[in-house]
Amino acid sequence: MNTAQTETVVEINGLKKSFGTQEVLKNVSLRLLKSENLVILGRSGSGKSVLIKCIVRLLNCDSGTIKVLGEDMNTLGNDDLGELRKKIGFLFQSGALYDSMTVKENLEFPLRRIKKGITQSEIDEKVKKVLEDVGLPDALDKMPSQLSGGMRKRISVARTIIVEPVLMLYDEPTTGLDPETSDEISALINDIQAKHNTSSIIITHDIECARATADRVIMLHDGGVYLEGKLEIFEKSADPLVTSFFRTLCEQPNI
Amino acid sequence: MNMFVPAKVNDLLTAIADAFLFALRTVKETFSRDFEVREFLRQCFQVGYKSLPLVSITGIILGLVLTIQSRPTLVKFGAVAMLPGMVAVSLIREMGPAIIALICAGKIGSSMGAELGSMKVTEQIDAMEVSSTNPMRFLVVTRVLAATLMIPLLILYADALAILGSWAGANIKGDVTFVLFFSQALAHIGFGDLLPAVIKSFFFGGVIGLVGCYKGYTAGRGTESVGIAANSAVVLASLLVIIVDVIAVQITDMLIL
Ligand SMILES: Nc1ncnc2c1ncn2[C@@H]1O[C@H](COP(=O)(O)OP(=O)(O)OP(=O)(O)O)[C@@H](O)[C@H]1O
Ligand SMILES: [Mg+2]
Repeated sequence: MNTAQTETVVEINGLKKSFGTQEVLKNVSLRLLKSENLVILGRSGSGKSVLIKCIVRLLNCDSGTIKVLGEDMNTLGNDDLGELRKKIGFLFQSGALYDSMTVKENLEFPLRRIKKGITQSEIDEKVKKVLEDVGLPDALDKMPSQLSGGMRKRISVARTIIVEPVLMLYDEPTTGLDPETSDEISALINDIQAKHNTSSIIITHDIECARATADRVIMLHDGGVYLEGKLEIFEKSADPLVTSFFRTLCEQPNI
Repeated sequence: MNMFVPAKVNDLLTAIADAFLFALRTVKETFSRDFEVREFLRQCFQVGYKSLPLVSITGIILGLVLTIQSRPTLVKFGAVAMLPGMVAVSLIREMGPAIIALICAGKIGSSMGAELGSMKVTEQIDAMEVSSTNPMRFLVVTRVLAATLMIPLLILYADALAILGSWAGANIKGDVTFVLFFSQALAHIGFGDLLPAVIKSFFFGGVIGLVGCYKGYTAGRGTESVGIAANSAVVLASLLVIIVDVIAVQITDMLIL
């Protein structure tokens, strides 16, 4: 296990990203190890979503290096990028369900495209299994517009995990869910990690989710990593920025 | 940045260059290995079949109105016998393609702009990209091709209905059998009338598809961008249809007379 634990899945050094004159990420460096859950905290607008979009190159960074599964994202060609992305699951903060497709088609879409040559019965089985995992076995033929906010979120979680990626990037997996469902999703994240040895980055404002899933926590502030370590370090910290951030998190869970 | 070029002009030129690059990329992706057949067929259905009611009504009324309006003038010159031929020629050469293309610019251009725009704004296009699907290939190429192939068909179909409408218009005051009217109309239409019109229609279709997709695909952030994308798609597509028409007419004029 020792060699496996030290294997780096994501390595970011000196990442910079600005939009026009707004410097969102000034200098971010972090590592994600194999089968580790890394939780990223930070105020709204601190650039958490931008950071994970840079990791899959939905956004091009201005400078710095990003290595994902050993590949340098800055120099990777388009075909190789497509191949690499097959191993990465990305949960969008907004869910990003395909409006014109049913839940079933939404779940089949990544499966058909990433696992070429998969049979229809395998697809059906996986779809059924993953819907049970997120607790929505009856949603199969619904359109996304017929789902509630929390149901949409759960379907998008299902769509992300269905292809069993090596690296999972969750952007607020439990936001907008009731506490019980949130716990189920957190448990699901841990489940997947245990079963497939997945490495995950989890962006969250939900302290319970962080408690349940985090191996290590990073707090983003002012375009950089402000504090890094176990969750206890954050909770015991005397730093006014960290304490005030945590107080608000605990007062209003699930913003 | 060039200080001799005003900012507005500079913006305009950048936008034009941007649109051209988008068109080039679309063409390039069209000839790539994986073609999204299912999505293409779905779009053909959307663009072609779903436009039938609108195009049918427009076609019939176009022929009817054109006939009723030209009749008095022809009567004055004692040339009512020319009616079917004249109407057919003007329908097939110009009125059919231009009017139907403008109608399609409104219907298809706006729906593509709005659909892709909302997909862009709600990150659905990004989601496709991380599912290692090329959204240019999946969304844009299929739509542009569907518009390029379906709009000429819609135009030919509308032409036929327009001649039917024209017969109805002629029948209000005269008494012509449908067969006589149709054969008179067709007698005046030559290959030189039909071919340029069909070629022109393909360009109309391509332009409408490209503009709709371009505006949607490059929509900004926030929901208001969806409305802007749909609206500007219609405006730009209509404008380009007219510009393409002017150019096509000039070329036809030079080549065939
Ligand atoms: N595509 C973009 N174009 C311009 N500005 C952007 C873009 N994406 C993000 N931003 C800006 O970057 C900043 C950080 O955005 P980001 O979405 O990463 O915040 P966040 O940390 O995820 O916040 P939240 O917790 O609310 O989701 C914001 O100020 C936003 O306006
Ligand atoms: Mg965010």
